[in-house]
Amino acid sequence: MSRLRASLTPYALLFPGTLWLAIFFVIPTVVMLSLSLQSGDVVNGYAFTFNWHSYVDGISTYHDQIIRSLVYGLASTLIQIVIGFPVAYWIAFKGGSRKSVYLFMLLLPFLVSFVLRTISWQFFLSDNGLLLGPLKSAGLVPQDFHILATSAAVIGGLAYNFLPFMILPMYVALERIDPRVLEAAQDLYASKAQTFLRVVLPLSLPGVFAGVLMTFVPATSDYVNASVLGGTSNTMVGNVIQNQFLINQDYPTASALSFTLMALLLVGIFAYARALGTEDVLEVAAR
Amino acid sequence: MTDIQAGPGAAVAAAPGSGSVPAIELDNVVKEYVSHGEVVRAVKGVSLAIAEGEFFSLLGPSGCGKTTSMRMIAGFEDPTQGVVRLHGEDVTHVPPNKRDINMVFQSYALFPHMNVWDNVAFGLRRRKVPDAEIRRRVGEILEVVDLTGREKRRPKEMSGGQQQRVALARALVNRPRALLLDEPLGALDLKLRQAMQIELKRIQREVGITFVYVTHDQSEALTMSDRIAVMNDGLVEQLADPREIYERPASTFVAGFIGTSNLFGGTVQQVSGDTAVLALGPSDRILVPADGALSAGQTVDLTVRPEKIKLAKEQPEGDLSVVRGTVAEVVYLGTYNSYVVVLGDGAEITVFEQNANDSTITAERGDEVWLSWQPRHSYALR
Repeated sequence: MSRLRASLTPYALLFPGTLWLAIFFVIPTVVMLSLSLQSGDVVNGYAFTFNWHSYVDGISTYHDQIIRSLVYGLASTLIQIVIGFPVAYWIAFKGGSRKSVYLFMLLLPFLVSFVLRTISWQFFLSDNGLLLGPLKSAGLVPQDFHILATSAAVIGGLAYNFLPFMILPMYVALERIDPRVLEAAQDLYASKAQTFLRVVLPLSLPGVFAGVLMTFVPATSDYVNASVLGGTSNTMVGNVIQNQFLINQDYPTASALSFTLMALLLVGIFAYARALGTEDVLEVAAR
Repeated sequence: MTDIQAGPGAAVAAAPGSGSVPAIELDNVVKEYVSHGEVVRAVKGVSLAIAEGEFFSLLGPSGCGKTTSMRMIAGFEDPTQGVVRLHGEDVTHVPPNKRDINMVFQSYALFPHMNVWDNVAFGLRRRKVPDAEIRRRVGEILEVVDLTGREKRRPKEMSGGQQQRVALARALVNRPRALLLDEPLGALDLKLRQAMQIELKRIQREVGITFVYVTHDQSEALTMSDRIAVMNDGLVEQLADPREIYERPASTFVAGFIGTSNLFGGTVQQVSGDTAVLALGPSDRILVPADGALSAGQTVDLTVRPEKIKLAKEQPEGDLSVVRGTVAEVVYLGTYNSYVVVLGDGAEITVFEQNANDSTITAERGDEVWLSWQPRHSYALR
């Protein structure tokens, strides 16, 4: 009996998670996939017809938004690496006994709702707002200068909103580095810069890798930043999907676009994992 | 009496090959640091000179300052006071990457993202040694530590003993002028540790590099070292060769830390010639070399090693130290028997008796026995 129980225990432990995934991920995905291949309209109802046109039409109509999403996602991810790495490094190596305090401070703004934070950026960046108002009245920037409704505002917003998800995995990777390994590098004639390049950086790569996965995907499919900070000319594919679903109620096009985005992200992630996730990168770093 | 001159003060041995410039020199080095708002003096003024090619051990309990002393030699710690010299050159404030010495770290600190070859080649690559020479030297040193054929392994795919040898190779390949080893065998099991002790000694003879070895394991230090500095509480208690340290411990601490020692105190009754006589009980008499340092009425602490003491049922004859007691414990330990004998004043004395002929024991628990030893085998400690 006890052996039977022991062999069932792993499945019992997996059950809640599996159920959760089945109800909230697998079923909706199948429903969406089916929707993307249906035809009809919201008044007369939809029927499953293997209609590939939603994909073809969706991509040809909205390829600008799709490409823009990928570019914005990539740009914001790069900005996050540049800003986040020094922060993670500093907390991990110079944080001393206050590491958890600094991490908490990092997460503190993120206890406020995502939308609310983005809207406060809108206030802050508005044409005569907290930032530009004083600058304009001081004559430091021209009167028609604006930040809102530019691609910079959207990319900035994305970078800001997902930053902790970049910093935390990088911090974990850096924090795990044994300080004696760094001393060993120094002992073996490596300068501070060489120690960083040959030891710290390669050992932090798994964290950077995880951080990119955790931020690039949600940033690329985000629509809040584009709609709050981006105006009408910087819409991302997320905005299109939202519109098609909730306003036009064109479910097949919305679903087809969702799947297109998902496929692109999956291909991108696999290509990225192949390039960075292998040990070849580390071998190069060793030389 | 033999020609061995006993007594404290005679215990400072000169470095082998002294006269030439020492490989490593600590000159009155002090290290203080602040921990939780309090100043901690980890090293309180250590001076020592380590000769070229010497196997030198820093031995002591944890917190005695041995690791801090080594880290100051390596350059990882800046001395608060004093001077560190390598081959006569003041390197007190030279960073570790500019010092011509390498270190084998406790738990090895191998680069986890590099294979064995890249780990070992790291130092040579930083020094811009030509590729062909790197290939030759890394290949050679891997042969010395018996790791040929494992070049592509990652540290995590290797056993502790193998990692240990990678760490050794990674340091030795640079042909440093001195090698520092921080408890390098601490993580290995007993068998492997003993094998590695012999191996280390062999490698040291082969490459002829000065080894500075930090350990808390007294048998390790005694086995391998040319000389040992026994440290306690930030100071060097005794600096001498292993035999001297064991046979003539300079302080109560050294006597207690190295091997098993019997310590007891007494008052000098009279000094006749070279020998001081101490009395404990009515039938007890302890003879100690006086060395002109002892006078009547003085209180002294004594030490005697358990294997120097002879246990007998009859009163022994001759110019010996003699005490009388009751056997409280007998333990059969294979190569020897261990007795605990309680003296009249309650002091406990441990005696080892070799099982040279057969395993019959001289006395049983509860027997009255006589203990005796040569006067030169007990020392008055500081």
